Amino acid sequence: MADIALQPRPAKPQIREATAWDQLRTNRNWLGFWFMLPAMAFLIFFLAYPLGLGIWISFTDAKIGRSGEFVGVENYEWLWGDTIFWLSVFNTLLYTFIASAIKFAIGLYLALLLNENMPFKAMLRALVLIPFIVPTVLSALAFWWIFDSQFSIISWSLKQLGLITENINFLGDVTWARICVIFANIWRGVPFVAITLLAGLQTVQPSLYEAATLDGASKWEMFRFITYPLLTPIIAVVMTFSVLFTFTDFQLIWAMTRGGPVNATHLMATLSYQRAIIAGQLGEGAAISSAMIPFLLAAIMVSWFGLQRRKWQQGENND
Amino acid sequence: MASVQIRDVRKSFGGFEVLHGVSVPIEDGAFVVLVGPSGCGKSTLLRMLAGLENITSGTISIGDRVVNNVQPKERDIAMVFQNYALYPHMTVADNMGFSLKLRGANADEISTGVKRAAEILALTPLLDRYPRQLSGGQRQRVAMGRAIVRDPQVFLFDEPLSNLDAKLRVAMRTEIKELHQRLKTTTVYVTHDQIEAMTMADKIVVMHDGIVEQIGTPLELYDKPDNQFVAGFIGSPAMNFLKGQVKSNGSAGFEGPNGVKLPLKSAPANSEGRPAVYGVRPEHFTIADDGAEAEIVVVEPTGSETQVFAKLGGEQVVAVFRERHQFNPGDKVRLKPDPSLVHLFDETTGKRLNA
Repeated sequence: MADIALQPRPAKPQIREATAWDQLRTNRNWLGFWFMLPAMAFLIFFLAYPLGLGIWISFTDAKIGRSGEFVGVENYEWLWGDTIFWLSVFNTLLYTFIASAIKFAIGLYLALLLNENMPFKAMLRALVLIPFIVPTVLSALAFWWIFDSQFSIISWSLKQLGLITENINFLGDVTWARICVIFANIWRGVPFVAITLLAGLQTVQPSLYEAATLDGASKWEMFRFITYPLLTPIIAVVMTFSVLFTFTDFQLIWAMTRGGPVNATHLMATLSYQRAIIAGQLGEGAAISSAMIPFLLAAIMVSWFGLQRRKWQQGENND
Repeated sequence: MASVQIRDVRKSFGGFEVLHGVSVPIEDGAFVVLVGPSGCGKSTLLRMLAGLENITSGTISIGDRVVNNVQPKERDIAMVFQNYALYPHMTVADNMGFSLKLRGANADEISTGVKRAAEILALTPLLDRYPRQLSGGQRQRVAMGRAIVRDPQVFLFDEPLSNLDAKLRVAMRTEIKELHQRLKTTTVYVTHDQIEAMTMADKIVVMHDGIVEQIGTPLELYDKPDNQFVAGFIGSPAMNFLKGQVKSNGSAGFEGPNGVKLPLKSAPANSEGRPAVYGVRPEHFTIADDGAEAEIVVVEPTGSETQVFAKLGGEQVVAVFRERHQFNPGDKVRLKPDPSLVHLFDETTGKRLNA
C-alpha cells in the first residue's frame, strides 16, 4: 500500500448555473417539446390551418379571385333560407344513416362468416378487401357504367330475362339515384367494417365458446351473450370511422351523379364544392362545409361515450 | 352422479390417429386423474368426454347412456378449463349463473344456485366483481363455481392448476380434493403433473402416445409399475434405470453397466443371462458395506432430505436419503438398493419382469 504513489486528484469540475440555452437543450420538458414539434407542425399546417381558414372564409364574402370581407353570419343566414342546402342536409343524413347501418349489418355478417373454419379462408379474406383497394374514382366510374341509362348491364340483363321492357333510368330518377349511390357506398365500405370486426372476433378466446357450448348456449345465444358484448368496443371504433367517412363522402357522388338528378343526391360535401369551386362562391361553400362540423362533433361525442372503457375491461389484466 | 365408461375409443385428426383404442372404466363418485406427458392424448380424451371433439370409434357412456351422439349440453357434465374461460364481460355471479339462465331458470332459482355455489367456494364477497379484478386463484374458484352451479353428473378438469404459481397450486389441489370429498361427484381430472395425480386421485390413468399404459391407485402405480414408462413417470425424483443382464450366481442377482453387481430378491423364471433394465427408486438406496461402489458427483440438501447424484458403474444415478450423511463430491460410497423394492423390466418391450 504504502509504496504506491498516490495519483494527484483531478481538479473538481466547476459547478456553474445552467444557462437558459442549456436548459432549452437538456431540460426534459423542453426536449419533449422539441421532439413533438415536427408532428405539431404537420398538424398545424395541414389540419388546424385549413380548418381555421375554412371557418374564417365562411364569415366572409370571398369569391374566387377576390379575397372578400368579413360579413358576419350572412352566409349562414342565407343558407338557413336555402331549400337546396336543407335538401343536401337531408340527403347526407339519409345517405349516412342507411349506408352505415347496412354496412354494419353486412360487415358483421361477413366477419362472422370469415371467422369460421372453411376452405380457402386466406384467399376469401383477401377477396373481401378488393372493393377497399380499388381507387374510389375507378369504382365510381364502374358503377356509373353499370347504372348507365342506356348501357346498364342490369337493365340489359333484366330485359333479356323478359322482366322489364324499358331501361331503368338508374341515375336519372330521384329514388333510383339515391339507391344507387348508397349501394355503391356500401359496396366500398363493407370491407373496412368486415375486416376490422374480423380482427375483433379473433381476439375472442375460443375456449369461451367451448365453455358456452357446455353451458348450453345455442349459436344465436353465443352471439347474443358472448360475441356481441365482447365486440362492442371495436364496433364503436369501426362505426365511428364509418359514419365519419360516409358523412364526408365526396368522390363517389361527384363521379357518379354530381349531385343530380335535381340535387337528389347532393351531399353537403358535394354542394359545398359546387358552390365554392364551380360557382366560385367561396364564402358560401365554406359555410356549407363548416355546417358539417356540428354533425361530425356529435358523431365523435357518441363514439367518445361508446369508447369509454367498459367496467369489465377495467382492472388489472394478469392472465 | 354417474359412472363413466370409455370403451376402445379412438380419435383421428385427418388421417392421423392420436388415440389408439383407449378403455377406462370410471366408477360412480370416483376421482380419476388422466396423466401423461404433453401430446399423449389425455386432453383430447377429456374433450371427447365433454363433447367438444367427436369420437372416431368406440363408445363413451355416462351413466347408462351412450353419449357419442349426444350434444355437450345434454351430457350433464361441467368442465373447468385450463385458462378458466370466464366470460370477461360478466360479473362473477353472471358467470356462475349463465348456464341456469340459458336453461330458462327464473331469477330466484339462479340467485339461489349461485349463492349456494359461492358459499361452498367462499366466493360470496366477490360476486359483483369482473374476472379481470380477480387473482388467479379466485378465477380458478369462479371456474369451479360455474361447474358446481350446474350440479352435473360428472366434473371435468382440464389442467386447471397449471396457470397458478407453485404455492397456490398446492393450496388449490387440497381445495379441489376437499370439494370432491364433500360433493362426491364423479370427477375426471387431466394433468401432466404426476404429483398432482398422486395426491388427488382415487385412480390414476397413465397415458402415453395415445394408449393407456396403466390404470391403478396411486400406490399401485408407485409400487408396481406395469412397465418402464410408468415407472419413470411416477415418482420424483424419477426412478433410476440401469441396463444389464440377470446373472444369478448362487443367489439371484443382476449385472449392471461395467459389471456392477446389484441385488435381486428373486430372478424371474428362465431369465438367466437375459438382458434387462434394472429400476430402483432414489429413496430405495441405502448405504451398506455390501453395496456397489459409487462416486458422488453433486449433493443437494433440501432440509427434509438430501438428493445425491452419483456415478454407479459409469452411469449417473440419484439417491435420496432422509438421514443426514456427510457427503462431499468425489467421495466413494457403497450404495445398496433394497432388493425387495427393485423393479426389473424387459429391455425391448419395457414390460415388468419381476413379480
